[in-house]
Amino acid sequence: MKLHEYQAKGIFADAGIPVPESQLADSVEGVLDAVAEIGYPAAIKAQVHVGGRGKAGGIKIATSEDEAREAAESILGMDLKGYTVDRVLVEQGVDFVDEYYVGVTMDRGEGKPVAMVSTKGGVDIEQVAEEDPEAIAQEHIDPAFGLQPYQARKVVYDAGVPAEYARDVTAILSKLYDLYEDNDASDIEVNPVMITSDDDVIAADAVMNIDEDALFRHPDLAEMEEDAYQNDLERKAGEYGFDYVRLSGNTGIIGNGAGLVMTTLDLVDYYGGTPANFLDIGGGAKAERVANALDMVFSDENVDSVVFNIFGGITRGDEVAKGINEALEQFDEIPKPVVVRLAGTNAKEGMEILNTDLVEVEATLAEAVQRAVTNAEEVAQ
Amino acid sequence: MSIFVDDDTRVVVQGITGGEGKFHTQQMLEYGTNVVAGAVPGKGGQDVDGVPVYDTVDQAVEAEDATASVVFVPPAFAGDAIFEALDTDLDLVVAITEGVPTQDMAKVNKRLSEVDTKLLGPNCPGIITPGEAKLGILPGNIFESGNVGLVSRSGTLTYQVVSNLTERGIGQTTAIGIGGDPIIGTSFIDALEAFEADPETDAVVMCGEIGGEDEEQAAKYIAENMDTPVAGFIAGRTAPPGKRMGHAGAIVSGSGTGTAESKISALNDAGVPVGDTPEEVADSIEDFL
Repeated sequence: MKLHEYQAKGIFADAGIPVPESQLADSVEGVLDAVAEIGYPAAIKAQVHVGGRGKAGGIKIATSEDEAREAAESILGMDLKGYTVDRVLVEQGVDFVDEYYVGVTMDRGEGKPVAMVSTKGGVDIEQVAEEDPEAIAQEHIDPAFGLQPYQARKVVYDAGVPAEYARDVTAILSKLYDLYEDNDASDIEVNPVMITSDDDVIAADAVMNIDEDALFRHPDLAEMEEDAYQNDLERKAGEYGFDYVRLSGNTGIIGNGAGLVMTTLDLVDYYGGTPANFLDIGGGAKAERVANALDMVFSDENVDSVVFNIFGGITRGDEVAKGINEALEQFDEIPKPVVVRLAGTNAKEGMEILNTDLVEVEATLAEAVQRAVTNAEEVAQ
Repeated sequence: MSIFVDDDTRVVVQGITGGEGKFHTQQMLEYGTNVVAGAVPGKGGQDVDGVPVYDTVDQAVEAEDATASVVFVPPAFAGDAIFEALDTDLDLVVAITEGVPTQDMAKVNKRLSEVDTKLLGPNCPGIITPGEAKLGILPGNIFESGNVGLVSRSGTLTYQVVSNLTERGIGQTTAIGIGGDPIIGTSFIDALEAFEADPETDAVVMCGEIGGEDEEQAAKYIAENMDTPVAGFIAGRTAPPGKRMGHAGAIVSGSGTGTAESKISALNDAGVPVGDTPEEVADSIEDFL
């Protein structure tokens, strides 16, 4: 789960990390009121879950009321990579002399958190990692003991942070690690940490993502979740509790188990089709869940045909068949052709129940996918 | 022969009184697995299908000589349950639970480096040595005893590939689901090492998926250390960057690490044929045998 910059900055400020003065606004008037209080220059920053906001035109600096109005009018309501901007953070502009990067994330290969510091901040850190990996100092952290003070100093000095700022940068890193651990963050980073012309060290941006599997012990953070979904279909999938990702093709895909659903997508592509979505109904799905899955895929206007691929372990073929029948029997006309392939637990019972007036049945994964791809081509014409 | 589990394996089920724990205990018993105990705090003295329940894993190990555990404990308590199992003399802990917080797993991972016990999972379907023992939720009836080892991140993809093998009369020594989470116990390399050492395993199937770099590391291991031929499959070729594809670990990062292309080319460079379809994986295995 991603927090917005304004939310993360609120948490950072409460933890004693210095951040610029700022206010949230959702209208042009609100922006102007905020700027009047904060003063010029001011940064006006779109609050959406998108990386590279600056380049995409989602961050603007205003040095006058006219510029602030212009920036507010252009950013509020704009579409930023699929998200509509309905709020901006109005922030005190900072006159800076240098920009650093400070972050903590999980190194999955090592199975340990890693603290990272670089003096090449203010740019895409993944690009720095690729082009100049030496420029990022790293220190792995024993999760049983946490980040030791010497480790925080070590990574800051290793990164080449000048002595006069090292103490302040170290303090920011130590506080970030505490927040990372206390909030079950998956990533936490400040890019850039700015060195101001007054020699202050402040967190000019804030990224904080929370491990969704740990939200049960952070109800306060769970409440902060906002517009996590990029479109109505993803919102609907969230309500149904499906793992769902929308793609741009026209063959709808429903299956059980992440690996097999991914494989079904890949096969649609392999046989010349284009996958419309990833939809995993999970293990042990009952009839209602199966019907919900069909409803999901039918409501995607891009979808011209559907393939339903189940290999039952804990999922039972007869339950799946029942769900497919129930979902389809309510239509006078089936909205999009559905191909079903059932294997594994109770597949035979499922095949007997399945209403073959409503669906096409194939015995193997390859045949089911090829049939669905052909159907999609025919419907699209 | 087989790896990790066989008909001498004595199993304690953690969370045996819960819905899933109970159902799969019955399934494991039906398959012929020696389920000798259950462990649930506060339920000591009860029994489930004749299997005695103890309050702690330690008591179950002491009383019933258990050698392995299967964890069906809900995610909020699963990290603790794994710690409990790792602090006994068990040889193997199989964690089925999906949704264990990553930072809990980082702590478990640390403990794992200090003990001799192996961990499989979490978020995995378990392990099966056909005809001998099944620890987890795999559907026993699709497996057949034979000479091919299988290691996979995903449950249902394993079933698909196994059925492609079994249909051709190719059986399995042991099939292992290592789990789809970012931090897991047994890795591809651990399983490949065990298959390489097993004289009965004549070929190995390795099913990977997008995310992380475990498949690349496994490819390096295969090139340098294995004589047993390996056939591969990688799921997620069509996955867009930055989207989590069901499994917590199945994500191509924004900067383009963890892609299917990278894994496929690493495996190909190691001499491992990677099938475009599960059928092609079975073709390669047939060629090897």
